[in-house]
Amino acid sequence: MSDTKKCDNHVLHKSRRKVLKSLAAGIGLIVLPGRDASASVWEEFFQKHFRELSKDELKGVIARLEKEYSKKYGKQITVKTTPPIEGVRYGYGLDLSRCIGCRRCVYGCVKENNQSRSPQVQWIRVMQLDKEKGIDLSHAEHYYNPATVPEKGHFYMPVQCQQCEKPPCTKVCPVQATWKENDGIVVVDYNWCIGCRYCMAACPYGARHFNWAKPEIPVAEINPNTHYLGNRPRPKGVVEKCTFCIQRTREQPGRYPACAEACPVGARKFGNLLDPESEIRYLIENKRVFIFKEDLNTQPKFYYFYAT
Amino acid sequence: MKTRRFACHKLVLLALLSVVCLSAELVYAARVKEFNRSGQLVVTEKSAAEPQPAYDIKNRPKEKTFAVPRPPFTEGVFPCSQCHNFMPPNPQRRTLTEFHTEIVLHHAEGQRWCTDCHNLVNRDKLRLVSGELVDFTESYRLCGQCHGDKFRDWKVGVHGRRTGDWNGDKQYLLCVHCHNPHDPKFKALKPMPPPDRPGKTQH
Repeated sequence: MSDTKKCDNHVLHKSRRKVLKSLAAGIGLIVLPGRDASASVWEEFFQKHFRELSKDELKGVIARLEKEYSKKYGKQITVKTTPPIEGVRYGYGLDLSRCIGCRRCVYGCVKENNQSRSPQVQWIRVMQLDKEKGIDLSHAEHYYNPATVPEKGHFYMPVQCQQCEKPPCTKVCPVQATWKENDGIVVVDYNWCIGCRYCMAACPYGARHFNWAKPEIPVAEINPNTHYLGNRPRPKGVVEKCTFCIQRTREQPGRYPACAEACPVGARKFGNLLDPESEIRYLIENKRVFIFKEDLNTQPKFYYFYAT
Repeated sequence: MKTRRFACHKLVLLALLSVVCLSAELVYAARVKEFNRSGQLVVTEKSAAEPQPAYDIKNRPKEKTFAVPRPPFTEGVFPCSQCHNFMPPNPQRRTLTEFHTEIVLHHAEGQRWCTDCHNLVNRDKLRLVSGELVDFTESYRLCGQCHGDKFRDWKVGVHGRRTGDWNGDKQYLLCVHCHNPHDPKFKALKPMPPPDRPGKTQH
């Protein structure tokens, strides 16, 4: 009796060890990238937060990303890490008395910022509102599609990231993958984002968008001039948003954001809030200006105004 | 009797004095009364007619010129002088039947006629109200005569479309690049497609 018990115990003991061993081997096999996988998978997995990278590490990360993107899209794609310009705080003006709701800005933005065509991601959303009701969001229509715009009795209000001075979205990020830069632009580190979408819930403007599937961008339409915190190709499962075209506007001289360039009526204005001579300062000082959802105290740097 | 005459004299004198005082008050209209730092009343008198610099039409500061792309002329129409040099200028208001029939004036047409903006003799120039002739590349000055508020906004970059560098060279457009000068209302556009409705599976 005691012998058999002993034997049983022995068997059990042995099998547990065996199970543990095989389990470890199994997990190891699953986690280990295949023999053909390059070292970049490891590098990507162990990459630090963007703001904790040393200069050399950053160089390595950029080289890896450029190589990866260039291979994927079959042409040279540059990834910049241009830092904020000293003494610059970006502000955006949008003239509601001019906007005709033609959505040229939406598609200009999609193209410039390498947004997914399918599933569709668009950083700018244009609302059609009733002139009689004013800015009453319960009567906003996003899907208007008449033969020509503007339609009688309506006005149009494009909404995108308002680059808040007190952004609620960055506060809720559990991993600090999104933050406000010194020039006021709220950015996302796509390699650090875990895709929890808390920021989307926190944003009162619906300005953040999630990559529900692998973003699809036609190879011919890819914009090769990219910024790490802006329009570089995104992976599936991360949140993205407007960055005031960080890849353009942080240069010296820097081009206007793509949406401002695309606007056929010249309703979109952009400039440095700290420069008293800038367009944005002129319109704030001389026009009727409002900020969207002012009562939430997010302090947007996106100013809607009426030039007439 | 003597006292009455004396009183009469007094009255006349008083009246005279008051008249003198009043007139003095009128002449020195710009009299400024102030208290100085030690509390004393100081009255400074300024001549009512401060000399004003004469308005000199010839020495006005020149309007700043802006680099703009070529005006959007109809193909082959400019320079105008290539045809108009061989025609006698006709300032008569009339319906055009031979040339420029495509131009339908819808811009305060009740008060305006071609030669209010186009110079009658030198057709390659535009004419301001002051009689000054300006090139077509400077047509914003012509528009700015009536639309001063828009002109002011345009100069600082708030009215109209700007491309280029926000902190460098900016490309301006002429008013006429967006507004047909003969029919200036901005034309309606076809909107780009609306966004997909949520739930639409596309992958």
